[in-house]
Amino acid sequence: MAYSFPEEVLEYVFAFLSSHKDRNAVSLVCKSWYEIERWCRRRIFIGNCYAVSPQIVIRRFPEVRAVKIKGKPHFADFNLVPEGWGAYVYPWISAMVRSYPWLEEIKLKRMVVTDESLELLSKSFKNFKVLVLSSCEGFTTDGLASIAANCRNLRELDLRECEVEDLSGHWLSHFPDNFTSLVSLNMSCLGSEVSFSALERLVSRCPNLRTLRLNRAVPVEKLPNLLRRAPQLVEFGTGAYSAENQTDIFSNLVEAFSGCKHLKSLSGFWDVDPAYLPAMYYACTGITSLNLSNATVQSPDLVELIIQCPNLKCLWRERELIEDMTTQVLDYIEDAGLKALPSYCKDLQELRVFPSDPYGAEPNVSLTEQGLVTVSAGCPKLQSVLYFCRQMSNAALITIARNRPNLIRFRLCIIDPQAPDYLTLEPLDTGFGAIVEHCKELLRLSMSGLLTDRVFEYIGTHAKKLEMLSIAFAGDSDLGLHNVLSGCESLRKLEIMDCPFGDKALLANAAKLETMRSLWMSSCSVSYGACKLLGQKMPKLNVEVMDERGHPDSRPETCPVEKLYIYRTVAGPRVDKPNFVWTMDEDAVLRLS
Amino acid sequence: MSSEITKELLESETSGVLKTELTLGLPGDSLVQKSGIKRGFSDVDLKLANYDQAESQPPPQAQVVGWPPVRSYRKNLIKNCKYVKVGVDGAPYLRKIDLEILSSYQDLLTAMGDMFTCLTICHVLNERKLMDSANGEEYVPTYEDKDGDWMLVGDVPWKMFVESCKRLRLMTSSEAIGLGAAAPSTPSKGSSTSC
Repeated sequence: MAYSFPEEVLEYVFAFLSSHKDRNAVSLVCKSWYEIERWCRRRIFIGNCYAVSPQIVIRRFPEVRAVKIKGKPHFADFNLVPEGWGAYVYPWISAMVRSYPWLEEIKLKRMVVTDESLELLSKSFKNFKVLVLSSCEGFTTDGLASIAANCRNLRELDLRECEVEDLSGHWLSHFPDNFTSLVSLNMSCLGSEVSFSALERLVSRCPNLRTLRLNRAVPVEKLPNLLRRAPQLVEFGTGAYSAENQTDIFSNLVEAFSGCKHLKSLSGFWDVDPAYLPAMYYACTGITSLNLSNATVQSPDLVELIIQCPNLKCLWRERELIEDMTTQVLDYIEDAGLKALPSYCKDLQELRVFPSDPYGAEPNVSLTEQGLVTVSAGCPKLQSVLYFCRQMSNAALITIARNRPNLIRFRLCIIDPQAPDYLTLEPLDTGFGAIVEHCKELLRLSMSGLLTDRVFEYIGTHAKKLEMLSIAFAGDSDLGLHNVLSGCESLRKLEIMDCPFGDKALLANAAKLETMRSLWMSSCSVSYGACKLLGQKMPKLNVEVMDERGHPDSRPETCPVEKLYIYRTVAGPRVDKPNFVWTMDEDAVLRLS
Repeated sequence: MSSEITKELLESETSGVLKTELTLGLPGDSLVQKSGIKRGFSDVDLKLANYDQAESQPPPQAQVVGWPPVRSYRKNLIKNCKYVKVGVDGAPYLRKIDLEILSSYQDLLTAMGDMFTCLTICHVLNERKLMDSANGEEYVPTYEDKDGDWMLVGDVPWKMFVESCKRLRLMTSSEAIGLGAAAPSTPSKGSSTSC
């Protein structure tokens, strides 16, 4: 009945669809809906920058205002993807400069961004408003200076966990005196000191500023002046939170924090001196998100602070906001601290506990599986967990699974690879099996510890909603991989390191790979020959072999490849590969033979 | 392939598979793996300081790349870490090394030799070099300092070096000719274009 509605009406209705999935579904209904939808799509999400080319995107969606692109595979976060691999944003920016002059938003994750890209973007998009760079690298503070100087309508500059070459803090001073539109500034990943007077003036003249995350170089003495100028702040990140003992700093802090009646999120806290923590208590009643993962502060002080935040929880908004709305701590919180959490933070939704000493041979803190069990019992809304610990048992996992069938994200890292159930010395198969069996809405799972093929049987049977799975040092044979690929109907991303999975499961489930975003396998047993075969048979996949030892042709076909990255694409083989990446496709196979 | 045959084939893999134990051994030991590839050592986090001290600390552990899954910035945050990138002329990958856990230039050479397993340390006329025994190529350790200049490793006190080093590179002897030795007042820029 599409013809009975004028285009304008359909367009008006489509405007209410914000989810990409809905938009994509709508575009498949019929040709005229496809046409209408593509002209009115304003926001694009590209989950893998190599799955499509800028030209294809621009051709289909001519009126885009906001772009979000992801580049390197997730394991790049742990140094598994060598430098120079790719994910350059420049080709995207230069193409968009020509075709999207009114682009307002660019959000990038795990991409290589150069100063050249930043300068080009700052000079070309007249209405540019939002720049979010998450886990990106390749630029210096000079690039930031271009953004500050040229983006007259900038609202958000958010650098999350980026690797920035920090030449100086001078970039901040490039914001012009008549620049007042800033709403959000996150510079927490930068090292250099910025000019405090420039920062104070900037904060003073931007009345809509609601997010300010400072870097470590901003000393605690500077905070009161900043907070007084921005009492409307909703999200605040401190710098280094300690000073020489001066009582007037403390009282200034108390006064400044108590003036901030709208604070919902706190972060920062490098080099924290527990004596200064109470200064924040007045600001804590509204706090819903606390990130203390930089704070090497011991359990009692941490618990004290958390007690001050009765509303600590996580508001479920779009996924990308989730990262900020969590409780993040180091394992200094210990089991004792975690025991206190449910009493004071009944609404807790997301918990992340990071290791303070990941490489130490012995545990340095008293944090075990019990902490997580307690929180799972006492926090009925807990749905997302990231937990580093040194021991785990099937009993604990089964208890957690029964307590919290509403878990949607469960990432457990037992630091010692292949650590068994510490009570029974058995594999942790039944424990993780319980997780996938009880948590029927589980979207993301990361496993660790001693695991056999059995756990993959459970996963294949039960984890029907699972979208992302991360595996390391697990399984015994191809049957494990086969169970995952054939059983997990919703699987989009699979990343595997150091598992004995080889050719058979991969080749038998080749078609499955076209239904997923990507598969990463490193230090497994997939042979070069199998990769070539896969590349030949599956033209819609890019089968990329990465090997430091040189061209795989210099070794026998049966030799396993070092790293394998397979992803579906409509853009064909990459043209920007470094000399240690090869695409297995028909042309390559012919050229090589 | 019919799914029945697939299952049969796959099931035949599972019976009687021995589980090889993963051991993290001292540097130089081979890392026994379940899978086909022997893992090299990257991101070396050797506690070399223990070599000279008789302590009751647990033995040094070599770390596997990518495990535990902790972001680099978090590593640098928790302890006093100074991870710098190490490159080798002709090799595609960069690696990282933590200078804070090393205490001397000798430690550094040893660590680099372990990291790039094909290289061995050779002392030629009191100079510090590494040699690839496969092709006879000699490599000289160089570093980029805070000012962006490339210098030969070894001429300033160790602590000063750790403070100013931004990244390391093993250059072939021929490429390293002309690189300045570090001198406080006149650091000379390398004349070769390969920097």
